[in-house]
Amino acid sequence: MARPGVTPDPLTVTGDGTVRDPIAGLSRAAGPARKWNAGDFIFKHLTLLFALGVLLLVFLMGFEMYRGSALTIEKFGWDFLVTSTWDPVLDEYGALPFIVGTLVSSMLALAIAVPLGLGVAIFLAELAPRWLEQPLSFLVELLAAIPSIVYGLWGIFVLVPWLRLHIQPWLGSNLGFLPFFQGPAYGFGMLAAGLILSVMVLPIIASISRDVLRTVPTLQREAALALGATRWETTKIVLTAARSGILGAILLGLGRAVGETMAVTMVIGNRADISASLFSPGYTMASVIANEFAEATTDLYTSALIEIAFLLFVITIILNAVARLIVWSMARKFKTA
Amino acid sequence: MNGTGWWRFRWRKAKNLGMSTFAAACLLLSVAPLVLIFSYTLIQGISSLNLAFFVQMPKPVGETGGGMANALAGTGILIGLGALFGLPVGIMGGIYLAEYGNNPFGASVRFLADVMSGVPSIVVGVVAYVLVVLPMNHFSALAGGVALAILMVPTVTRTTEEMIRLVPHSYREAGLALGIPQWKTTVRIILPAALKGITTGVLLAIARAAGETAPLLFTALGNRFWSTAVDQPIASLTVFIYDYAKAPFEDWNRQAWAAGFVLISLILVISVIFRVVTRSRYAEH
Repeated sequence: MARPGVTPDPLTVTGDGTVRDPIAGLSRAAGPARKWNAGDFIFKHLTLLFALGVLLLVFLMGFEMYRGSALTIEKFGWDFLVTSTWDPVLDEYGALPFIVGTLVSSMLALAIAVPLGLGVAIFLAELAPRWLEQPLSFLVELLAAIPSIVYGLWGIFVLVPWLRLHIQPWLGSNLGFLPFFQGPAYGFGMLAAGLILSVMVLPIIASISRDVLRTVPTLQREAALALGATRWETTKIVLTAARSGILGAILLGLGRAVGETMAVTMVIGNRADISASLFSPGYTMASVIANEFAEATTDLYTSALIEIAFLLFVITIILNAVARLIVWSMARKFKTA
Repeated sequence: MNGTGWWRFRWRKAKNLGMSTFAAACLLLSVAPLVLIFSYTLIQGISSLNLAFFVQMPKPVGETGGGMANALAGTGILIGLGALFGLPVGIMGGIYLAEYGNNPFGASVRFLADVMSGVPSIVVGVVAYVLVVLPMNHFSALAGGVALAILMVPTVTRTTEEMIRLVPHSYREAGLALGIPQWKTTVRIILPAALKGITTGVLLAIARAAGETAPLLFTALGNRFWSTAVDQPIASLTVFIYDYAKAPFEDWNRQAWAAGFVLISLILVISVIFRVVTRSRYAEH
């Protein structure tokens, strides 16, 4: 990295196995003179045990949820994913409305957060003077530190009334010919959920894209500038080089949006209907668990909710694993280049 | 310079200016919600906050006044339990990764810890329900503590590792050169040097856990009465905010804002401290 102080944040660009091992060289140099030490053996294996615990925890989580949802997996099979009846009275469960609700709200969030987040990342990594970059990055990261419940509180008392009184009537009368903007303006609904989610995933997309842009060697920028490219033309070249890493950042944002619970539950309206209109109330996988888990009366009901949690687990694990691998392999490519 | 070339040059300059402005506008637009949410919570929170909030119990439905003393204690107990279960695993795991983790096993632990930090907190709540609530047959503070512990583990592991790696190489070499066994070098020299960073990292993880709601809804459940028993349902600030925000009583809404303000202040203060501490560490190199 040519500029000091702008190495990619080790906390975010991770999974890197190429870190130095300070001891390896030393102990080899010392050779057989370095005696076997009981304390070393115990300490190493004690820490190993806990590290193993971290590893096992992930598998334990998956296993326990798989076991907990055995009833519904056996009874409904794959139909669980494509049926839209959710009737605790008749003990009939299908997760389709929640899956659709999660998809729609996350996609809406990404549609807003990706362009904005990329703009922020470009500004922070390419354009901002260095004295401004640090405090601004911190501000963006603070957004990620606000608890979900506080977003929800703000959503209920500020965002929802504002949507109901100003934004939805305007959208309805100007763009009401589109199926997305039809129906009564409750305020609570898909639109509110998508908006609040976009605020919540934006810091992730922005900060990881920024780290990714910084891994692109400065040499590429200098070469473009030397050929007479403008700042924006240079940035386009950097963006092309970093595109896979940016995809990783977007996937991480999607992972967060899919699993976000409290803020969404508080503003989405919680109704298990599938509707084209963004004005109508919806439901997501995470919010149905939050709302109904404590009141689930029958074993089958609980099992259905655990299966939804299991689905969320599998989805977010895959999204995060793929995204981390992409971001990591990109950082590695430029490091060795 | 011929005519078309000049226009093309102007066009490129204009595009450059336009896109730079767009990027700056994105930043303004993104920071705006932070300012809005924070200032609104601040205004609503400060005007709602009073001594009663900290020292009194919740009043019965319909009566105004009262406070959340039980929720403050409850949140304290929950994060205490979470730290009790989560920190040893996280810190020891982090030490392993930093000191011995340069192998495929270390890489996979590192990778899974990162992936695990992306698992939604509501899912972790379901796991704690299956692991603790089902066998015990009722909701409990213990189950909430287990959920928060699982949420803390990946962050604490990775932060501990990073903070240990920031300790200059020469410290370790000096220790080993004096003939001190490696484990003693780690415990007596490296860890104290990294302690400030690890402590603030741990505080940050605890503050984040204090802000969690979803994993507590059906593990710790909530409680309108004073309870510090580990095997009974227990109140928490966040679940109170959730219940009070949805309630149709103005006084409850007011108290939700007060609780939100307490929560956000806690997290902001710790985030700033973490930032200052880690930045001064980076600056040493």
